[in-house]
Amino acid sequence: MKTIKTLFVLVAVVTLSAFTNAKTIGPNHGYHVGDFATDFKLENIDGTTVSLSNFKDAKGFIVVFTCNTCPYAVAYEDRVEALNKKYAKKGYPVIAIMPNNTNVKPGDNMEAMKRRAKAKGFTFPYLMDEGQKIYPQYGAKKTPHVYLLQKTKKGNQVKYIGAIDDNYKDASAVTTKYVENAVDALLEGREIKESNTRAIGCSIKV
Amino acid sequence: MKYLFCLCVLTILSCVSEPKPVVLEVYDFDGIENFLNKKDDKVYVVNFWATWCAPCVKELPYFEELNANYKNKNVEIILISLDFPQKYESKLKPFIQKHQIESKVIALDDVDSNSWIPKVSESWSGAIPATLIYNKDKRQFYEQSFNYSELETELKQFLK
Repeated sequence: MKTIKTLFVLVAVVTLSAFTNAKTIGPNHGYHVGDFATDFKLENIDGTTVSLSNFKDAKGFIVVFTCNTCPYAVAYEDRVEALNKKYAKKGYPVIAIMPNNTNVKPGDNMEAMKRRAKAKGFTFPYLMDEGQKIYPQYGAKKTPHVYLLQKTKKGNQVKYIGAIDDNYKDASAVTTKYVENAVDALLEGREIKESNTRAIGCSIKV
Repeated sequence: MKYLFCLCVLTILSCVSEPKPVVLEVYDFDGIENFLNKKDDKVYVVNFWATWCAPCVKELPYFEELNANYKNKNVEIILISLDFPQKYESKLKPFIQKHQIESKVIALDDVDSNSWIPKVSESWSGAIPATLIYNKDKRQFYEQSFNYSELETELKQFLK
């Protein structure tokens, strides 16, 4: 009896510590290519709530953590819209998520997001990461930061993490379109050549 | 005579109020790399920032304070601006002038960040502010904001 009790305690301790570890890993790590991404239920600029599970016909998603106030994010606004125009109809819609604390950056609050989306004519959902719970799970560090997901039977699998392309300054001088290359590869069943890239961006405001 | 006097006053005034022009060195990453790998006896504190980055601007005075307190102790501060080139004249230079930045400011203009970010540090996602402290023997990278005491604590690791 005593051994069973000890064993039970031991199992409890091990289980608990496993969970504690999982928790501490949280914000600084996030997803790697190959991991499965969480779904969410976030408020869109049109007042509806959006989840990845709403998109029954999608083959995957171009999830972009972005905002109104970061010059790099602003530099990419038109290119994010172009990605949605090109790939939503092919099954890979853009889902933009604004991760900043709006008390720190009032220019990123819901009203400002609505104004920006209207002014730029965004055709993709632009969601508020209310309570800042989603971006740490993904491991987003900055804006803009892209996570390309592919729908599989087991869930939405991360296929690419990083930058949109290799020239933030000048869209016409881009030599490698990282995200387009990755989505094209998925659409054609090819391997993604570059599945991790890096770019300068604004740290997410906590 | 009165006219001459006025002219003199004007000349003197304009001399006094004329601020020193800011000379900005601009490099691509090949040029910047020299500032990240010096092999002399100094400790280098290298901060990546931009005028549009609020947390960067907030922590800049701590780097200035560090510069004032340690420049005679073999420590050099280098502030690498990632401002967009079209903002050098309208934002960056006026900022340096207005805040009378004493530390060395240089600008990095290199769009291919995917190739150079890992050369600064493998651990850097690309978010700013970011800081590198190094000497010829060791280096430490920080993708975070600092206050003065945190910054000084980190620097002291290199001054032992």
